[in-house]
Amino acid sequence: MEIIMSILAGILFTTGIYNLLQKQLLRIIIGTGLISHGAHLFILTMGKLKTGLPPILEHGDTNPDHYTDPLPQALILTSIVISFGVTSLLLVLAYRASKENETDNMDLLRGNEND
Amino acid sequence: MISNLAVLPIVIPMIAGILLAFFHKKIPLVRSLAKILTTTNTLVVLFIWLYVKENGAVILETGGWEAPYGIILVADLLSITLVLTTNIIGIAAVFYAPASLSKKQEEFYFYTFFFLLITGVSGAFITGDLFNLFVFFEVLLMASYALIVLGGGKVQLRESIKYVLINLFSSMLFVTAVAFLYSVVGTVNMAHIAERVQGVEQKGILTTIGILLFFVFGTKAALFPLYYWLPKPYTVPNPVVSALFGALLTKVGIYSILRVFTLIFIHDTDFTHTFFLWIAGLTLIFGVIGALSTNNIKLIVAYNIIPAVGFMLIGIAIFNETSLSGTVYYLIHDMIIKAALFLLVGAVVYLTGTTDLRKMKGLIHHYPLLGWLFFLSSFVLAGIPPFSGFIGKLQLLKGAFEEGEILIVIVGLLASLLILLSMIRIFIQAFWGEKDETVTVNKAAARRFTLPVVFLLFFSVFLGVGAELIFPSVEQIADYLMNPEIYIQSVLKE
Repeated sequence: MEIIMSILAGILFTTGIYNLLQKQLLRIIIGTGLISHGAHLFILTMGKLKTGLPPILEHGDTNPDHYTDPLPQALILTSIVISFGVTSLLLVLAYRASKENETDNMDLLRGNEND
Repeated sequence: MISNLAVLPIVIPMIAGILLAFFHKKIPLVRSLAKILTTTNTLVVLFIWLYVKENGAVILETGGWEAPYGIILVADLLSITLVLTTNIIGIAAVFYAPASLSKKQEEFYFYTFFFLLITGVSGAFITGDLFNLFVFFEVLLMASYALIVLGGGKVQLRESIKYVLINLFSSMLFVTAVAFLYSVVGTVNMAHIAERVQGVEQKGILTTIGILLFFVFGTKAALFPLYYWLPKPYTVPNPVVSALFGALLTKVGIYSILRVFTLIFIHDTDFTHTFFLWIAGLTLIFGVIGALSTNNIKLIVAYNIIPAVGFMLIGIAIFNETSLSGTVYYLIHDMIIKAALFLLVGAVVYLTGTTDLRKMKGLIHHYPLLGWLFFLSSFVLAGIPPFSGFIGKLQLLKGAFEEGEILIVIVGLLASLLILLSMIRIFIQAFWGEKDETVTVNKAAARRFTLPVVFLLFFSVFLGVGAELIFPSVEQIADYLMNPEIYIQSVLKE
């Protein structure tokens, strides 16, 4: 299972980076979204995907072997809200920047030295 | 009770930031509150510094959870010294801000974002947990995104997109690196990782993770070949924001490299540290080439960040006590002088209305104090003996000599010469020359700009002249960094 998930995360990274290298601003932002999905999937996979109960203590069962690892899930949750915040900022920034500069083509957003 | 001291440098600016968001339109009130709060915070940090120097690291187990299970805040001498430096720069920035920001920018939560930036930087210095370091990185980056677009000019928006994108990408790499490390050692607490790394059979995978983390921190710290994003975005925001960025953000990256590669990844120093030495040399060369390549004075100063980071990396790469003390000293010196330089250049740009070096002349006739301060700070930056840049570089290069790395010493010395050339070029072209009668002189503005710079340069000169007072602490830090067992034992309490 870990191998399949690793390959999937790899594909997400590849497509994300392909999109990052495009000229259109919105495609770049989609690329960052895909990369953060890949990274989050990675954390989950790296915490070992053993079959187990969700990490909620029930019926007095306190044997840790019966549950899945709760730490990666907390890390992912933190990372998700952070990348959510950054992505929403980036979207608004892209909207404003393309409005002000009247283009969403990264090649035209280069600028010269003394402006 | 006393261990709660470790959280104060994070909590005070955070509360300050939240507090000031409530009445952001009442500028006089916000200004004076911000001044009072930064000064208070600095005094608190100074007290903690004195306490740590006397009694060793202050360690706080947040929430009362034992070492590897909860988040640990470690205020050792290195981190608390850097937090103190951060706060000194913060004071200068707050006093400079009213003169340089427009009313609209100041109203738009400048002080809130400023305090959140300080929170993030202090948190990144103090945390003892790798994932928490990521979170504090994001806190400071989010504040920096807001500060870099503050004002919302055309160029600013354009450059900040690039800044946000590169940082978002490297943050995701950071998360991936933490995931890898978690799968190998099964913990995210730095001391616990360092302890478990010693028992890992396959060292190859650890070296890979180490290099991945180095790339992440290298992007934040602007090392060759990952520095390309830095110069332009640092020139577009308001000078006070540039000063904060130039002084603090890259240094958090270099601090993380210093911490991670003296504590965790010390099993294969032959490979990693030789690699660092090459990167450091190339960073020096490309940084000074950039600084000499342009006539935009903001860009010259921004490019000068890069060789400074290169110097610090030399110390980490050489990895003996002399060179590490040099790195720490240079780190403190460079944070202060970069802030001062950005503030000075901001003043020059404000007073002349242009960033182009070729359009300025004879400023020293109108603003003598500003001119001589600039002259002084160029000398401090290049490392002329009585000032602070000298001692750091001397220790760094002495450390390199001890290990027989002659080539890097030569590169370092030549780079210093070229740094001096790039700075003196500004001084000669902008300040010397015939008096320009057409300019309108604004003495009052110049005075408001110079006071915070004088404040910062006082520390620079003191670091150089009073080196005998400072240097024992720096050597203590270097000694501490060479013996990671002290850190591990004090955190894990075995």
